[in-house]
Amino acid sequence: MKTEHPKLREFKFTLYRIFKNPAAIIGFSLLIFFTVVALAAPYLAPPKYAHAPYRMPHKGFSPTPKAPSEKNIFGTTSGQYDIYYGVVWGTRTAFKIGLWVVCVAGVIGIALGVIAGYYGGWFDEILMRLVDIMWSVPLLVMAMTIVVAFGRGLNNIIIALILVEWRWYVRVIRSEVLKLRDQDFVQAARLMGVSDFKIMWRHILPNSIYPVLIMASMDMGSMVITASFMSFVGLGAPKGFADWGQMVALARNYIVGPPDDPLRYWYTVVIPGGCIILFVLAWNLIGDALRDAFDPKLRRR
Amino acid sequence: MAAYIIRRLFFLLFVLFGVSVLIFGLMMTFSPERRAAAYITSPQQAKDIPRIVEQLGLDDPVYLQYLRWVGRVAQGNLGWSLVASSTVWDAFWRYFPTTLELNLFAAPLVILVGIWLGTLAGVNRDTWLDHATRIFAIVGWSLPTFLFALVLLMVFYGYFNIFSPGIISDSVQLWLADHPDQFTRYTGMYTIDGLLNGNLRVFADALAHLVLPVITQVIVVVALLMRVMRSGMIEEMGKDYVITARAKGADFRTIYHKHARKNALIPVITVAGQLVALSMEGSIAVEVIFNRQGMGWWLAGSATQLDMPVLMSVCLFIGVVFVVANLIIDLMYAAIDPRIRLE
Repeated sequence: MKTEHPKLREFKFTLYRIFKNPAAIIGFSLLIFFTVVALAAPYLAPPKYAHAPYRMPHKGFSPTPKAPSEKNIFGTTSGQYDIYYGVVWGTRTAFKIGLWVVCVAGVIGIALGVIAGYYGGWFDEILMRLVDIMWSVPLLVMAMTIVVAFGRGLNNIIIALILVEWRWYVRVIRSEVLKLRDQDFVQAARLMGVSDFKIMWRHILPNSIYPVLIMASMDMGSMVITASFMSFVGLGAPKGFADWGQMVALARNYIVGPPDDPLRYWYTVVIPGGCIILFVLAWNLIGDALRDAFDPKLRRR
Repeated sequence: MAAYIIRRLFFLLFVLFGVSVLIFGLMMTFSPERRAAAYITSPQQAKDIPRIVEQLGLDDPVYLQYLRWVGRVAQGNLGWSLVASSTVWDAFWRYFPTTLELNLFAAPLVILVGIWLGTLAGVNRDTWLDHATRIFAIVGWSLPTFLFALVLLMVFYGYFNIFSPGIISDSVQLWLADHPDQFTRYTGMYTIDGLLNGNLRVFADALAHLVLPVITQVIVVVALLMRVMRSGMIEEMGKDYVITARAKGADFRTIYHKHARKNALIPVITVAGQLVALSMEGSIAVEVIFNRQGMGWWLAGSATQLDMPVLMSVCLFIGVVFVVANLIIDLMYAAIDPRIRLE
């Protein structure tokens, strides 16, 4: 009988665990949907201004939203911006925010955390005290202050979130590395004269990465929430930029309609807001499924 | 224990110093001219900028400016807030009670609901109840606070017209302005002041304005607590002492509620700091949407006005509150779990 490579078998088992979970299937389906929308944005909603596709086209300046019609299938929001266009291109904005923040903060945090955990000593001491300081101000408060210092704008929101969020990754990966550092297989590699870099890269990192992956998935969602709140408050891109948080902000004065029809403008809040919720939900469901699949305590039951 | 507390207090000072350097460093990314611009009000005064830079020493070496700033902060001179149109120090005492009030009502609910539902889910693992609470937790975790608050406002204020935004109704506000002698502001919190003054009308009105904000805050914060409680219960239930107790014939209520739950609470304390941070972040969104003039509202307002000096002060305030809260949590943790103290 042909035996499988153990790594392949483990990988298959992990996939099986993930896809046995109905929540994961919903999560991945949503994610695939959003990815397709983001990639196909130029076809789904052809830009009116070729040089600035993120600018939402608008006909007129009337502040009163218009209900969904044949021309604007999701209606228009305050300022006559087309909601459909904004939602489609806003998907790209959301991916941009999430991926940039999580990837850059993740790489910085993982690199620093592995080095600090592996070598210890003064570098570890200084880094961890710095993390302690960063930790003493809540994410949103710190990020808002940084955005104000650097100036409004989506790119500055991303930079601010990176500057604050790396602290999480350092903490998580460092505690994993500390558990591994003195284990036999690492000692053995060291005795055999494997270079420090190779030990960290080939032996420690693959064994400590899972908690970080779970966190990164959850983080994609929470970073998009935080960024959209900052856009909502008015720290984000200039008015008219396709961004879900800003679209909710545009609708803010219309959450309550005229007395005879109080929910008349529901679509201005519910459509962009629903996008934020579903996007975040997708990443959280995936993160949750990864946790179940990777957690050794739950894995073989 | 005394040594531990002293060590923690030194750590507190260190962190406060670090935060102040960090925030000051952010301020220093502005050019001296740009910082001086905060002191002028009209374009005609632009020619005064070099003089202001000179006068206030905005061009001096960084450490000198830092020392000067810390000196001012230590004297309670934090500058002028545009949003509050008063000094930052006065504004702080005006806004802080509102935020405290919100969290005084939300926190006990979060703790009760979180622990109760988390225990229930952990004990009835893999039943429909467990799945329902897990779905509730993950959806709550995915809900952006500001959106949830907006939707609540849309439904309950717009459609049913029962709860309105703000801290207190206009009519009550007017009455209070007309009768300043009949209502003493002991704490700055309308609900508690209403009770202390024996004025049920103010109390009931303020309470009605708190319903939606508190619901929002609880839904957003409770998810984390529930999840930690659930996994803590699952972990404890597999331990030997629970199996022993069960073998001896103790009934389930005693096992779960007296033995397992106490131990499952220990990991909850480790995320308590995170819960405090979540509540703070939640307060910002809640206060912005429900138009409650508290710390979070002030912070967001100052941020939109690009009022950097105020933002620095608010950041420092929130840093102090957060660090002190964490200190209290750590001391509680050390009191419960002796292993921590020896570390």
